[in-house]
Parts: sequence; C-alpha cells; structure tokens
Amino acid sequence: MLSYSIFFLVLVGIYGVLVLGLNIQWGYAGMFNIGVGAFFAVGAYASAIVTTPPSAEHLGGFHLPFWVGFAVAVAVAGGIAFLIGLITLKLRSDYLAIATIGIAEIISQILRNEGWLTNGVRGITRIPRPLRGWIPGQDTLLYLGLVLVILAVVYWATERAYRSPWGRVLRAIREDEPATMAAGKDVLQFRLQAFVLGSMLMGLAGALYAHFVNFISPEAFQPEFATFIVWVMLIAGGSGNNRGALLGALVIWGVWSGSEWLTNRLPPQWATRAGPLRILLIGVLLQVILLTRSQGLLPERPPKPVLSPSPSPQQNPAG
Amino acid sequence: MLDGIPLSANPWHHQGKGFSGASVTQLLQLFIYGLVLGSIYALGAIGVSLTFGILRFANFAHGDLMTLGAYFGLTFVGLGWPIGVSLIPAALATVLCAVGIDQLIYRRLRREAPVILLISSFGTALILRSLVQILWGPNNQVYRSGIQLPWRLGELRIKPDWVVILVGTALLVVALHLFLQRTRVGKAMRAMADNFELAKVTGIDTERIVLWTWAIGAALACAAGVFLGMDTRLHPTMGWRLLLPIFAAAILGGIGRPYGAIAGGVVIGLAEEFSTLVINPAYKTGVAFAILVLLLIFRPTGLLGSPGGGEV
Repeated sequence: MLSYSIFFLVLVGIYGVLVLGLNIQWGYAGMFNIGVGAFFAVGAYASAIVTTPPSAEHLGGFHLPFWVGFAVAVAVAGGIAFLIGLITLKLRSDYLAIATIGIAEIISQILRNEGWLTNGVRGITRIPRPLRGWIPGQDTLLYLGLVLVILAVVYWATERAYRSPWGRVLRAIREDEPATMAAGKDVLQFRLQAFVLGSMLMGLAGALYAHFVNFISPEAFQPEFATFIVWVMLIAGGSGNNRGALLGALVIWGVWSGSEWLTNRLPPQWATRAGPLRILLIGVLLQVILLTRSQGLLPERPPKPVLSPSPSPQQNPAG
Repeated sequence: MLDGIPLSANPWHHQGKGFSGASVTQLLQLFIYGLVLGSIYALGAIGVSLTFGILRFANFAHGDLMTLGAYFGLTFVGLGWPIGVSLIPAALATVLCAVGIDQLIYRRLRREAPVILLISSFGTALILRSLVQILWGPNNQVYRSGIQLPWRLGELRIKPDWVVILVGTALLVVALHLFLQRTRVGKAMRAMADNFELAKVTGIDTERIVLWTWAIGAALACAAGVFLGMDTRLHPTMGWRLLLPIFAAAILGGIGRPYGAIAGGVVIGLAEEFSTLVINPAYKTGVAFAILVLLLIFRPTGLLGSPGGGEV
C-alpha cells in the first residue's frame, strides 16, 4: 500500500508539472494547445536519448547524467515550441487548437517512423532512474522527493509569474487582445513567451516521466492520457489558478486510479473494455464540470490591484 | 494510435520519386485516389463548416461522429444488409446521437464562450470514441472480408469501391444543394451561416435551424465514415485522425460555406495524395497542416470566402 501511494504521488507530481505548464498557456494567456502530449513526448525522448547507455537501436545514447537530460528535454521542447509558435500564434484560439492537433500528429508520426532517432514503435529501454542506490531499497521514495522538489520550484516560479506584470499582460491579452495591443504591448511576443515557457514545463514533465518508468514508446503518449486528462485536470481544478491546477491533478488522477479499482471488479469478459470505460468516465466528468461548475474547484483569483493613491469609493468585491 | 491501420489505402504510392520520375499513369492514379479521399474529406468538412458557421464553435467531436456512423453501418451490414442500404438507418442513428448530444450538453452551454463548447466537444469526442470501443471492440474491422479485385484500365487500377464512394458523394452533394437552395430550412441555414445576427433579426427560429444543422452534418458525417470504412478499415480512431484535414478543408472553403467545404475537401485530398510523390506517406498530415497554417496567416477567410467578410 505504501509503495502504491508513493507510485501514485510520483505520477500526480509529474501531471502537476504538466498541468502547470498548460495553465500558463491556457489559464494565463488563453492559448488552446491540444498538443500537450507531443511536448510531453518530446521531453521524454530527449532526456532518454541523452542519458541512456550507447545503443545501436536509436540515436545516442550519450550516457550523460540525468540533470543534463532534464536540461536538454526542457531546451528541445522549448525550441520546438518556439518554431511552432512563430508560425501559429497569430491564430485565434480555436484555429490554434486545430493547428496543434496537426503538430501532435506530425510529432507522433516522427516518433513512430524515424527509427534511427527513436527506435520506432519498439521504443527506448534502459532509461536510468536518477539517485538510484543513494538509500538502498528506497529508490522510488527518493525519486518522489526529487519530483516534489521540482514541482515546488515550478509552482513557486509560475505563481510568481502569475502575479508579476508579465502575468498581468497575459491575462489582459486573454481578456481583451485589441485593448492590450492598443496599450502598446507586443501581444505576439508575450504569447510566444507563454507558449514556449508552458511547453518547456511539459518537456520537463516528459523527462520526469521517462526516468520514472524507464521505458518509453509512442504508445505511452496517446492523446487520451497525455493530452485529454491534462485538460480535464486543469478545467476541473480551475484554469488560471495554480493551486487549482495542482488540486485538479490530484483529484483527477485519484478518480482515474480509483476507476481502475472499479474496473478490476468487472467480469473477466469486460477486461478489454476497462480502458475505454475509464476514459468514458473522465469524459462524462468533464461534461458535468463544464455544465455545473465551469470555473473549476478553485476558481481563478487574480491578485487585487495595488491601491492607488486615491482609492475609489465603490469597491468591486468580484475583483 | 494508428497501429495496424494503413496510412493510405492507395497501395500504389510511388514515394520519393519526385514529379519528374512519375509517369502519367502514376499521376492519374494519384489523382483518382485523391478524388476519393477528397470526397470523404468533403462530406466531413460540410458538417464542420456548418456547425462552425451556425453554432459558432469548432466541433472537435465531428471526426468521432464519423467513426460512430461507420460503426452503425457495420451493425446493419452485420444483419446482412447491403452497405448502400445500411447507410440509411446508420445515418438516422447518427443524426439521433448528434441531436441528443446537442440537447443534452451543447444547448446548455450556448451562452458560454465558444471555447467552452470547444472543450466540451473535445470531451464528447473522447466519450464517443470510448463508447465505440466498448460496444464494437478496439480492433480493426471490415465491412466485407476478402480482397476486392481492382479494374484495370491499361496500367491504371481502380477499385470498384472507389466508384461507389465517388458516385455516392456526388448524389449526396446534389441532395444537399437542392436542400439548401429549394427548402425554407435550407435557405434559413445559409442565411444564418452567412450573417448570424441579421438572420436572427429576420425572425428565423434559430433553435430549429440548429437541430437541422446537426442533422445534416451528422448524416453526411455518417456517410463519410462509412465511405472511409469501405476504403480502408474501421477503427475507433479512424475519424479523429481525419479531424485536421477536415478542418483544413472547411477553413480553406471559408467557414459556414458548404460549397467551399466541398471544394476544400477535394483540394486537400488531392494535395495529400500528390505529396506522396515527394514525402513519406506517413507525413501526409503535414500537408493539410501546412495548407491550414499558410491559409490562416495569408487569407483567414478562406480561398472562396469574401476577402472582407467572415470572422477572423
């Protein structure tokens, strides 16, 4: 039970980083990215290639320390996001969503077809687990510690960013793009920054995932798990609210894991249908949230404006 | 996501030779299959274009509606009905599902921002896909086992199913044309897609038109799904994978313009097929993506859209 809890929390932590990344793009800036899974996968593959021992089956491995892998994962995901952002961020949100489907599909095809790079559908094995053997027998617990430290740093940084003038401009773009442009802000520049930053976090989450499971293949990055569930986490928790995003990761991953407990009790002839049943459950849950509480569990609370020298008489409690 | 699904049903791809290395027959072969693929895209794109134009949101569940329609067809084929006959009850069932989803979910969200509807439709897409997996199983299925021998015209090879798809699409397009031009509902629909506010002021019953929009879109989606299933195989992700080319086609033709969507579908289908002369067919999706992005940057109202009108 204890080892299951540790396993559960590591995945919550990894999803937490993913959701915080998506929150920067959607929650802060209102950019609709349906290619979350693609950046997640790019990070996972980049770190795997950098840290695995040399192999004839894929590019590298370069057998470098894990932190180099993490850095490369963040850099590659950010670099790809930069190139994609340059060509797509002019689009309004629903068109951007359509474009990111294309990006996700192209990246998924590259992972499958470019065997020299990724070993195709057979995937990459022997991805080392960092900190292995520091405390004998407690590898997973130690890894949980690493994930939580990274999550805490990411949370602190994204929360700072949200409250900074930079975050304020992003919210302004989300609410009223023409007005922000009229105020002299370079809207495209800000959106590009938010898109790249969010994608870098998704790449980091991918690296954390790869080193946790030690084996990755294109199968692991299907849109159901790598994109859809992340979106449900953010919507359920409350887009725009970092605490909500983390709560969403915990609650939805809890529901997802709990549903496995339920489907394990189904008669055996239903075994092959367990996966789709669980996705169905999450899909219905999303609709219920949208219909009854579209703000999420913890609605967004922008920081109160700094009091001006002459505070206005009527305070607006809704902020 | 696409294990076991052929990336293209056209077994005569001559990949990597370039245009100079391709014979006239090969080009003609690609042209014919491009038309078949384009017909399927066109039928899907009409529904996307109409819902986008009339309900004002990008319906991400449209691809999975196609999947659902294809599997309804499979059920009736399983009863021993010919595929052409099965299409009718399958389309009715798909229409019922689409209208049901609208009444159950989207109707309650109409006052929200369109992007909330988009997120909701993303959820609907996953719900439909998992239902298909639960009801019909996760594996590849076919309407008819065995290999269909192609007709040979010189070096040219044509599968009889392609003719069925092309003729079927032509008939559906003519029917749609008559509906849009001759009936009051069709005219109201065009008016709403053209100018939503103006149409509302003239006293059009918008909720009724919304239902008709779903009905037309879903019936054509079902046909597209069945045709796709005839051409390749049935698989729970078959429709989702078509979402990008379909949206590209709808945007190419100008949102809310069914005739534009048809043209857009054919253009995307042909472009994807001819691209296999120079790139690996696995990356065909990239062609639709490239067309979409270039178009949105340089001419966001679509090639056939009016330069000043439309939403940007």
